[in-house]
Amino acid sequence: MDTVVLLTLTGLGLGALYFLVASGLSLIFGLMDVLNFAHGALLSVGAYATWWAASGHLPGAGSGGLGFVLAVLFGVVVGTLAAIVLELVVVRPLYTRPREQVLATVGVSLAVPALLSGIWGTDPLTFPGPEALKSTVGVLGASVPANRLVLIAAAVLVWAGLKLFLDRTRHGLVVRAGVEDRAMVTALGIDVRKAFTLVFAIGGAAAALGGALGGLYFGSVDPGQGTSLLIFAFVVVVTGGMGSVTGAAVASVVIGLVQQFANYYTTAGLGDLAVVVLLAALLLVRPRGLTGRLA
Amino acid sequence: MSTVTDTATRATAPGAGGSAVHRLLRRWPVGLFVLLFLLPYCALEVPVLLDGPVGSAGSLQLLATCLLFGALATGYDLLLGRTGLLSFGHALYFAAGSYATNTMMQEAGLPFGLSVVLGLVFGVVLAVLLGSVSLRVTGIGFSMVTLAFAQAGSIVVARDPGGFTGGEEGRAVAAGFLPSSLVGIDNTANLYWITLAFLGLTLAVVHLTTHSPTGRVWEGIKENERRVEVLGLRPYAYKLVAFTVAGGLAALGGIVHLLLTGGSTPHTTSSEFTLSLLVMVVLGGSGTRWGPMLGGILYTWADHRLGDVANSAAVADLPAVLRVPLSQPLFLLGALFVIVVNVLPGGLAALPGRIREARAARRGAGKDARDAPAPDAPAPPDADTDTDTDTKERHTP
Repeated sequence: MDTVVLLTLTGLGLGALYFLVASGLSLIFGLMDVLNFAHGALLSVGAYATWWAASGHLPGAGSGGLGFVLAVLFGVVVGTLAAIVLELVVVRPLYTRPREQVLATVGVSLAVPALLSGIWGTDPLTFPGPEALKSTVGVLGASVPANRLVLIAAAVLVWAGLKLFLDRTRHGLVVRAGVEDRAMVTALGIDVRKAFTLVFAIGGAAAALGGALGGLYFGSVDPGQGTSLLIFAFVVVVTGGMGSVTGAAVASVVIGLVQQFANYYTTAGLGDLAVVVLLAALLLVRPRGLTGRLA
Repeated sequence: MSTVTDTATRATAPGAGGSAVHRLLRRWPVGLFVLLFLLPYCALEVPVLLDGPVGSAGSLQLLATCLLFGALATGYDLLLGRTGLLSFGHALYFAAGSYATNTMMQEAGLPFGLSVVLGLVFGVVLAVLLGSVSLRVTGIGFSMVTLAFAQAGSIVVARDPGGFTGGEEGRAVAAGFLPSSLVGIDNTANLYWITLAFLGLTLAVVHLTTHSPTGRVWEGIKENERRVEVLGLRPYAYKLVAFTVAGGLAALGGIVHLLLTGGSTPHTTSSEFTLSLLVMVVLGGSGTRWGPMLGGILYTWADHRLGDVANSAAVADLPAVLRVPLSQPLFLLGALFVIVVNVLPGGLAALPGRIREARAARRGAGKDARDAPAPDAPAPPDADTDTDTDTKERHTP
């Protein structure tokens, strides 16, 4: 029983991490038709910024208590700024050429990890964090690492926040309408490009938060982390149906759980394969993903 | 398609006078091929481009790697530039050819020739199977699914099932499994010729298939898939053919890579490998005959040489702000790629056309100023608008 609880919570933690990356990806794709390959780079930027701040480089920030919260906030802000710069400098000039937009983000996804490893080396760096999050918590008789619970809580908060933003605010309305039919929104006299930057900023913030909390989850940061997470985030986005935040949430839970359980009960690594097989099977049955969005 | 060839020949023969000269110049690829064939006999020193004389083993190895990636990029462009399929899983078929041949030789103990054939068959079958699944989704969904499959392949190789793949270390081919004429530094020239033959084969296959009826349908799919459907054709089957041909070429490339490096490396399964192919194709010019090859050769060469630049004393003395980015070839190439995508759509292959266009525009403007004193200048000359539409046709995806 406690093994199942532990696996479930770890799987949910992994799913939470996927959701933080995939929600932004899904929104960006839904609104702009851009598959943002640089999203993994944004995650890495957030992770390294948090690491940098938590290692005592930023006054006030540190590895424990409020200092760590400040470090995570710093990471999120840096990730958000990086996303905005990415949108304004790399993606925006190619507004009329979606294929080239994807290619440009591919270039960024190669350049940023290379730059990070140039500055801090290719070896994984130990990620500092509060002692409280490194210990375990008893849940239903199982001792679960606290950082899983933090990740799950963060993902739920982000999901709720995104839901509120999309359903209750005017900007959210524009984004939702843009996902449905961009041309119509433009025809109604609304500048969709502002929504583009907004969506990139939100996606970047979520990814950077994922990077910061992923550092806790894995215990270290390395330049390639973002890219490997990104691939599973892609799987989540396709499975959930592109452009749908709720679809991404459901899919990340399913995929995180499948991966954890298969990795534990069969040989390690088979869980990662199982996820891909699951994706292939789903596409054979429903080529448009779980929520039936256009793929 | 014809516009591309026209520009290529026109570019090499600016204002060719006699028709005989013109005809000879049209054959320049043959001349280039013969030249490349003779390179192992060349003892010339090329100071900046290569370390040793052209015919030395080290230079030939680098040249062969460049040619191999030129060929791979050309094969990959069959999907990207000819059919409009953005696959992120091309590395899988490359690695499949390499690892399958390796396993057949060293685990099953099959002779070299048979292993190569079986390795190629394995790559093709894998491409058919996975292509038939991933082509069920279109657009970006296809890209993501191919990426996921390639990632699965990467995981399998990293997990080292049964000790076949060697995990993160990769797997070198032990001496004795390969024909002696393909082993050792003295025989680098043979490997170079094999690579050159592979490049020739890839160019020929891509040229022939794209000029076949199937190739015309590919072009149609690239331009507008819905219209191809309306014509009563099934794009799915045509796309699967393209995917399989490209996968087969990649598998063959993997086998050549196996010979060239004497083993299989897990790096070739990574998504970065496919992304670098993508960068090569776009850098050189997607959908053109020579662009991808040019991009592959230049990228590979730059990747090797930029590493040397990074270790040079001139860079080491620079302040950290400049030194760190300059010491990362991938950063430079990634940044260059972003710039090319932004500034030079159509890649390097579009460069001659652009220069001519700019020159024609300047000449036209000068002539306008002289001929027409009226402020409202007349329409630009025919030639100008012609090249303009030409390039546009080629560049819009």
